[in-house]
Amino acid sequence: MSRGLRLIPIILLLWLVVGLAWRLVRPADTAIPSQMVERQVPAFTLPAALAGKAGLGATDLATGQPRLVNMFASWCVPCTGEAPVLAELKRRGVRIDGIAIRDTPGALAAFLARNGDPYERIGSDAQSEVQIAFGSSGVPETFLIDGKGVIRRQYIGPLNASNIPGVVRELEQLR
Amino acid sequence: MKRLFLFIALVVAQPVLADSNLPPAYWANRQLPNPKQEAQAQALMDELRCLVCQGQSIADSDAELAGDMRDLVRRRIAAGEKPSAIREWLIQRYGTWISYKPTDEPAAWPLWLAPLALLLAGAWLICRRIKLKPGA
Repeated sequence: MSRGLRLIPIILLLWLVVGLAWRLVRPADTAIPSQMVERQVPAFTLPAALAGKAGLGATDLATGQPRLVNMFASWCVPCTGEAPVLAELKRRGVRIDGIAIRDTPGALAAFLARNGDPYERIGSDAQSEVQIAFGSSGVPETFLIDGKGVIRRQYIGPLNASNIPGVVRELEQLR
Repeated sequence: MKRLFLFIALVVAQPVLADSNLPPAYWANRQLPNPKQEAQAQALMDELRCLVCQGQSIADSDAELAGDMRDLVRRRIAAGEKPSAIREWLIQRYGTWISYKPTDEPAAWPLWLAPLALLLAGAWLICRRIKLKPGA
């Protein structure tokens, strides 16, 4: 066997080690983007999550007004951190609906009393069914929906203060 | 006394989980009464990837979302839907990422060609060895 051929296993090993080291330093992005972006909101109707606040259905998301749909839960820690951002968005005139994932009315009411309630409607998704239909893989996630009920953008993870101008601008453009 | 305290602490310890306080969905950990349908559901669940524990199938994962997806699969199969249609419905939402079953799209071609290439390489190596022997 020639010298060059003998080097092949060592080169392969080096390539493997370098590849593994690179992935350790720079872990892969584990977020799974929804393929429903740029598509019509899936048909659904969710019962009210709280007494005194309407539930949410696909028809409520195609009213001519662009809006946000926020998937959240009282048991979700990052959702607490996101609450002030949603409150600020509401103050700036953004219309927000909520989908409460696997939640109970008692825990949800306590969560909203503690963190504020920016939602016009809240649907209760007790078995993550609508969450899966949206292609969402966790809480919190926020979907930006235009007036025709088409999903235009997905925010994975909690919104933070730096997202506010972008969200407001995008919703204004869709108006 | 200290030992007893530690023992009690160990017994009453609860894992800290970011989980809801709702019980698992009805069909999450329950088999379908029809064995043929359950076999179909199981085969499909083995090939669907969990969104939370991303190296596991939803059949193996203890994540709540995986339980809710098992419930969805079993309910749809009990309602007479074909496993391929359920897989397609999920791929529409999460992309081919959600399915462990290799597809025939170009990105997967190396996967299909690798065994063939390795067999050919092996055959080539063996041929060379056999030819070299008599001369040695």
